Amino acid sequence: MSLAEAPQGFLSPTGVEIAFLLVGLVTFGAALVTVTTRQLVHAALWLVVALGGLAVEYLLLTAEFIAWVQVLIYVGSVVVLLLFGLMLTKAPIGRSPDADSGNRWAALTVAVASAAALIWVVVDAFRATWIDLDGPAAGSTEVTGTSLFQNWVLPFEALSVLLLAALVGAIVLSRKAKTDSSSPPVNSRVATKSSPGITESHGNSLSSSSGRNGRTGRHEGNARNEQDGRGGRGGRDDRDGPAEQEGAR
Amino acid sequence: MNDALDVALRLLVVFVVFLTLPLIVGQTEHKVMAHMQGRLGPMYAGGFHGWAQLVADGVKFAQKEDIVPAGADRRIFQLAPAVALLPYLLVLLAIPIGPGEGAVGQVLDAGIFFVLAVMGVGVLGSLMAGWASANKFSLLGGLRTAAQLLAYELPMLLTAASVAMAAGTVSLPGIVDAFEWWWLPWQIVGAIVFFVAGLAELQRPPFDMPVADSEIIFGAYTEYTGLRFALFLLAEYAGIVVLCGLTTVLFLGGWHGPWGADGLGWVWTLLKAAVLAFVVIWLRVTYPRLREDQLQKLSWTLLVPLSLAQIALTGVVKVVIR
Repeated sequence: MSLAEAPQGFLSPTGVEIAFLLVGLVTFGAALVTVTTRQLVHAALWLVVALGGLAVEYLLLTAEFIAWVQVLIYVGSVVVLLLFGLMLTKAPIGRSPDADSGNRWAALTVAVASAAALIWVVVDAFRATWIDLDGPAAGSTEVTGTSLFQNWVLPFEALSVLLLAALVGAIVLSRKAKTDSSSPPVNSRVATKSSPGITESHGNSLSSSSGRNGRTGRHEGNARNEQDGRGGRGGRDDRDGPAEQEGAR
Repeated sequence: MNDALDVALRLLVVFVVFLTLPLIVGQTEHKVMAHMQGRLGPMYAGGFHGWAQLVADGVKFAQKEDIVPAGADRRIFQLAPAVALLPYLLVLLAIPIGPGEGAVGQVLDAGIFFVLAVMGVGVLGSLMAGWASANKFSLLGGLRTAAQLLAYELPMLLTAASVAMAAGTVSLPGIVDAFEWWWLPWQIVGAIVFFVAGLAELQRPPFDMPVADSEIIFGAYTEYTGLRFALFLLAEYAGIVVLCGLTTVLFLGGWHGPWGADGLGWVWTLLKAAVLAFVVIWLRVTYPRLREDQLQKLSWTLLVPLSLAQIALTGVVKVVIR
């Protein structure tokens, strides 16, 4: 798959460098289109191209593991999450004239500053480093793992604590939205949780009056209740859903 | 020159496999479903038990008009089937069916990551189709697809990581090489979770909420006709082949069989994958469709904890036997 690791490809070492440059240009172009296009979903899809281009660059630098993780996390999950959010909220086909941010110049300043900082750091750190493309892969899984868990364990652990904090924060936020029914819904699940008080009383009366075989309105009550996240075990049986769940509560 | 020929030959073989195996699975599905439901299934096309039914279907699809809805986002609408289908072709390259270099399209250092990453990309095709069709049912289908992927990607990754931990490598041939028979009971929970999550990622029944035909017509593919629609269907069956092959390689020992792996290893791989494909069809006939909330619940409250437990078990056993 990786051009750099093909035993005797038709690309000479300088060929790899040319490919690296070309892919870099494509990535840069896709990134530019991502931030300038006025079609929201197109921006997300161009982001796929940009992130995929980065993965190819990693491949060309023999960092196979990083490349696949890049595809897995960014293209496979982050962009899907982005698209999911766009589709849930606002994803018209065609241009959205109001999609432009008012603080364009501030954003540009921040972007240029961070790009300059990153370029400076990378250039300064790897000034005279050459990757031997013909030798054993310098970025193979084994090498990456060894250096990560021998030299960089502390940053790694710090990052995991950071992620854990984010996870706990997300849970806390979503629980808060559940109790406070007046807060605006953030996503669909929260929306169903927080919106109507009607379904709750509906479900309760259902379980108390007609017990297991309450049939009237079972679909609605059942669906809402299950999405509430109480009780139920994801079974397929519609019939004794609501009663048992309410009992478990 | 010889190397170029070798690469070309491998690509050709993988491509042929990519074109034939999904059709075989599809035909098997026709017949198995029919017999499980007390009917015969296709009997006429091609003469013997309707073996050419899917070829006839293909001809039919190719003849149909290719319609793009007026309100659709034309380019993305047309690109979507390719994005849905191509990843499975790439994944097939990395799945080994026998021992040695000769039985795998391309040996990858981080094969397991490659396979899972590229499979995740295929879902983008459904999302693009769902959005670009300018149809509310398509959009709902796309949303459900995304929600399902986000829920099931995690248990799939975790269980795959469990096997990688057990084998001490992330290369697919390496994992099968390290396989011992007692891995089967050791990793059985992971195997089931992986298989179920894979089914959900392929949107196969009972996890076919994104295309639930009684609710949202055909989800993201509602507006598609002709060849592009056929490509989406082909992607689903190619996905079955890939999922069964992967489960075989990761959890069932690939080419290892009761009488050693010499010579006939690839037969074992194909046999195991075929049995799994049969199970996929069997599940479709047996279980009704889950509701969207049941689907999410199954993943987050059952599969994720189970896969975490499997990882813990793998780690403990790994430390103990060392």
